[in-house]
Amino acid sequence: MDRVSAHFPEAVVERYVDRAGGAWAVIHADSLPKVAAFLKNDAELEFKLFGSMDGVDRLHLAENDPRFEVIYILYSLKRREHVRFKVRVSEHKLVVPSLVPLFRGANWWERLTWDFYGIRFDGHPDLRRILLYEEFQGHPLRKDYALRDRQPLIPERPIKDIFRGPGTSGHS
Amino acid sequence: MANSHSIEAQGHNPDTDGSLPPEGSELDAHLQSKHMVINMGPSHPATHGTVRLKVELDGETIVKIDPEIGFLHRGFQKSCENVTWTQCLPYTDRLNYLSAMMNNFGFLNAVEKLIGLEIPERAQYIRVIGSELHRLTDHLTCVGATGLEMGGFAPFLYGMEARELIQDRVTELTGARLTTTFGRVGGINRDLPEGWADKVLRTLTRTEELLVEMDGLLTGNRIFVDRTKGTGVITAEDAIDFGWTGPALRACGVDHDLRKVQPYWVYDRLDFDVAVGEHGDNYDRYLVRMEEMRQSIRIIRQALDTIPAGPIIVDDWRIALPPKPEVYGTIEGVMAHFKLVMEGIQVPPGEVYDATEASNGELGWYLVSDGRGRPYKCHVRAPGFPVLAAVPHIIEGKMLADLIPTFDTINMIGGEVEQ
Repeated sequence: MDRVSAHFPEAVVERYVDRAGGAWAVIHADSLPKVAAFLKNDAELEFKLFGSMDGVDRLHLAENDPRFEVIYILYSLKRREHVRFKVRVSEHKLVVPSLVPLFRGANWWERLTWDFYGIRFDGHPDLRRILLYEEFQGHPLRKDYALRDRQPLIPERPIKDIFRGPGTSGHS
Repeated sequence: MANSHSIEAQGHNPDTDGSLPPEGSELDAHLQSKHMVINMGPSHPATHGTVRLKVELDGETIVKIDPEIGFLHRGFQKSCENVTWTQCLPYTDRLNYLSAMMNNFGFLNAVEKLIGLEIPERAQYIRVIGSELHRLTDHLTCVGATGLEMGGFAPFLYGMEARELIQDRVTELTGARLTTTFGRVGGINRDLPEGWADKVLRTLTRTEELLVEMDGLLTGNRIFVDRTKGTGVITAEDAIDFGWTGPALRACGVDHDLRKVQPYWVYDRLDFDVAVGEHGDNYDRYLVRMEEMRQSIRIIRQALDTIPAGPIIVDDWRIALPPKPEVYGTIEGVMAHFKLVMEGIQVPPGEVYDATEASNGELGWYLVSDGRGRPYKCHVRAPGFPVLAAVPHIIEGKMLADLIPTFDTINMIGGEVEQ
């Protein structure tokens, strides 16, 4: 990340170290493709393995403006380490540039993030829901989506004496 | 000719008109070759889970394939974010019920990193033993099922015999056969039963015998080799680009194993080799899994040999439940017990990404704590997810029959992919 800061000083908003000693960087959404391309292609870094990505809804955290975060984990087989960075997006402009042109592995992860948080990815070739069905309303991993909100495609039959999971009153 | 006359007598046939065999070639069978879309699944005997594959075929060639997942989605993240850290453990078991302990311990490892906790040495050894036992059951099932779907029932039965033996040992250790919930934050639930280590060693010897049988039935088998060698090929560059890890990536020739490159628990003290393939095809993925099982057996033997005596969970009542005499006899014990059960472990605020090597690859956890007893965010990076995402890339343009061995050897697990 030192090299990223040196190359793109304007792209990095913030840098910190998490509780396990992993270094994080917060990147401007606009410079995300630029930074990711640098991480992937730089001869000394070669973070080519697309590890993971997901969204975070910070609604109930102390610093909740902007509300959403998208986290990215890449891995370098050359340096044998992970790199962790994230992008912050506000509720009003939920668009992040897509990394699919850079990493094909980003395709399904971006669909997952769209599915669960409603964050759109600009430039994604096929942005549709992946785990939920097309008729589903809303994005269930947002903190303001109720735990008990059910959207069955077929009406559910009432079942007696069944505890329907945590945080519930226990009735179906 | 009598033949052409009889076809004319049947009148207009849209299916065969325009493709009538030319004169004198009645013996060439006419095969239809229009595009058709078939559904494999959501419940198909060869997909090992509920996944629907929309396959567009031209004859026997796959033109386009679109895997549709989510039939098993049960809100893993949302469920975890609404229960205490300890109560997440049963959910993590169910990500992959053939290697429950690995998922369990992987999650705990991330939570312990978040707390900044070092677990006792004996607990680390027991975690290694449990993980490797479950790596064996997972690979045995995968390899056995691959053999079964290539038409060999005997290797499957041998695999199941070894798996059941190991699962008996797991049952003796944890009290449950599949969903073990064996770990605890700061250590593990209980110590090894008396005489258990000897039983495990005998089981491993028997497993080795069964592995030799499976190896003999599959590795040189003409049908098996013909259907797996050179099918489902992916290059190392593509596999890395898609984010593959684990045996599927190592089969492409990439020497990458988190147990070696960033050792956790006591893996750095144990001697084992990383199995690496060459061609990235189904056959190599099978061979890598076979070799990994032999290495797992090696690891368990060493670990049982060198396991030290000592506590199996940290002695900190803010994290681990107090011993029962303390709970029943002292007010401090009652209070600690009550606080842990009702409020959960108070994990300091912060975030962490931590990964362990599960049976199918990197099992990563991104956890955020807001300082209360529940995870604020619990993201799981399931190893099967990127692997399944690459299936269209691998299989488009290939034969329909290649889909079955490919789907077998990438070992997609519905529970973790669909969260």
